[in-house]
Amino acid sequence: MALLEIENLTVEFETAAGTLRAVDGISLCVEEGEVLAIVGESGSGKSVSMLAVMGLLPWTATVKADRMAFQGRDMLNLEPAERRKIIGKDISMIFQEPIASLNPCFTVGFQIQETLRQHTDLDRAARRRRAIELLEAVGIPDPQERLGSFPHQMSGGQCQRVMIAIALACDPKLLIADEPTTALDVTIQKQILDLLMDLQARTGMGMILITHDMGVVAETADRVVVQYKGRKMEEADVLSLFERPQHPYTKALLAALPENAVGDRLPTVADFSLDDTPYTGARP
Amino acid sequence: MSEIVLETRNLVRDYVIGGGLFRPSRVIHAVKGVSLKLEKGKTLAIVGESGCGKSTLARMITMIDAPTAGELLIDGEQIDIARKTLTPEQRRKVQIVFQNPYGSLNPRQKIGDVLMEPLIINSDLPAAERRDRAFSMLLKVGLRPEHFNRYPHMFSGGQRQRIAIARALMLNPRLLVLDEPVSALDLSVQAQVLNLLADLQDEFGLTYVFISHDLSVVRYIADEVMVMYFGEAVEYGTREEVFSNPQHEYTRTLFAATPRADVESIRRRLARKAA
Repeated sequence: MALLEIENLTVEFETAAGTLRAVDGISLCVEEGEVLAIVGESGSGKSVSMLAVMGLLPWTATVKADRMAFQGRDMLNLEPAERRKIIGKDISMIFQEPIASLNPCFTVGFQIQETLRQHTDLDRAARRRRAIELLEAVGIPDPQERLGSFPHQMSGGQCQRVMIAIALACDPKLLIADEPTTALDVTIQKQILDLLMDLQARTGMGMILITHDMGVVAETADRVVVQYKGRKMEEADVLSLFERPQHPYTKALLAALPENAVGDRLPTVADFSLDDTPYTGARP
Repeated sequence: MSEIVLETRNLVRDYVIGGGLFRPSRVIHAVKGVSLKLEKGKTLAIVGESGCGKSTLARMITMIDAPTAGELLIDGEQIDIARKTLTPEQRRKVQIVFQNPYGSLNPRQKIGDVLMEPLIINSDLPAAERRDRAFSMLLKVGLRPEHFNRYPHMFSGGQRQRIAIARALMLNPRLLVLDEPVSALDLSVQAQVLNLLADLQDEFGLTYVFISHDLSVVRYIADEVMVMYFGEAVEYGTREEVFSNPQHEYTRTLFAATPRADVESIRRRLARKAA
């Protein structure tokens, strides 16, 4: 049984200018222990579809799907109280801006222990021990001291490590990472990706990695979904996607990588005649 | 030999931090003696992690901040803003494009006004001519005339970066300092902006100082590369020299950390994982 199954997910927003369809019929599934990358440019609906799974969209959004199930359990018509028991415990998420997503008014220790207080019955001392353990696991030096630090006293990379610690606090079965390294330097990006991959291999959790960086995809994913204008263009395992991209949009994305440049101008997505019909045929 | 547009000799910038009644102040050495020479029409890429002083160096080259010590020469002319005010002619020569196109445009200013403002301040052109120049620049960076009267929030990130580039070019600068101009942009938009920069360089014979932490972009765009680490230039040479034979430990770490998107390295990774 797949960890997370989504069939025909549609998300619409009511705006002043009419209805905006941000996600248009996305289907995907994640198996246990698998790393799925969702690639697409901004506005392609990759974050929105995952926020729909988490139930974090504002009230202006209408979420429709034929099926949205986590471990066989329907997520669409879940009571909010029931949903809260799953979110943060079995499914957790790392957001793009580490500094903006931590609360500046509380210490990082408090914020890690908050998750534990909600979802486990550990007592105060045990929560503290677990928080130290987590900070150690994500590679923060002096974890005992750092529990009392505020987010502004840490660097961007360290804040992202704290976010990962919070996400991992209750041993999630599925981790959704929404552009976890976009705001970070290359060297720090490498460290964070290594850390995530290492933790994923050790705990065997499923992982969804949302990104627009093909380099990150190449370094981490098992399987890739390419999304464009809210629709799934192509889905393949990572090797065949890079070796034999089928959809023109995927080809365009790969050609736009500066390291693949031939000649003195980069091909852009606009140079490829784009039909936005998804590629469904067999792979050669 | 072609002309040298930009030259710095042992450029140093210190920042003095804090210091109260009972606390001594601290000095941060942001840039510790950087020397470089850049010919007309070339692109110098400055690479380094956040906090290594690359933006401070950019601010000194753009004549926003005065260096603590060292010399800055633009077109062979010595510039020292701490002692002598700049002439409009000197100001015109160097322009800058900032990293975040969402923060660098005034949300209350229409695009036309954004483009005409440098002309109002630095030239005495009549209004009609300012307008004409703004229109033609708008077209040159790939926007349309109807964008003239719109506000920044009506544009996407890539379009805003085009506007920022257009504004920088209004005064026909010799040298354009680009402070991470594409790192906030998507891959496909990034390609468009890089192409635009290459086109403009060919057309106007511009010289670029391109600040970035993305080595794949640097490899694509740069003629010369400088790697900075804690305020020092640890590596400086042509692109081929730096990429084929990195000397400093940090440069090698940087190369190793850059994600590789070729089929071979994916194969290797999958093999490692299966093992």
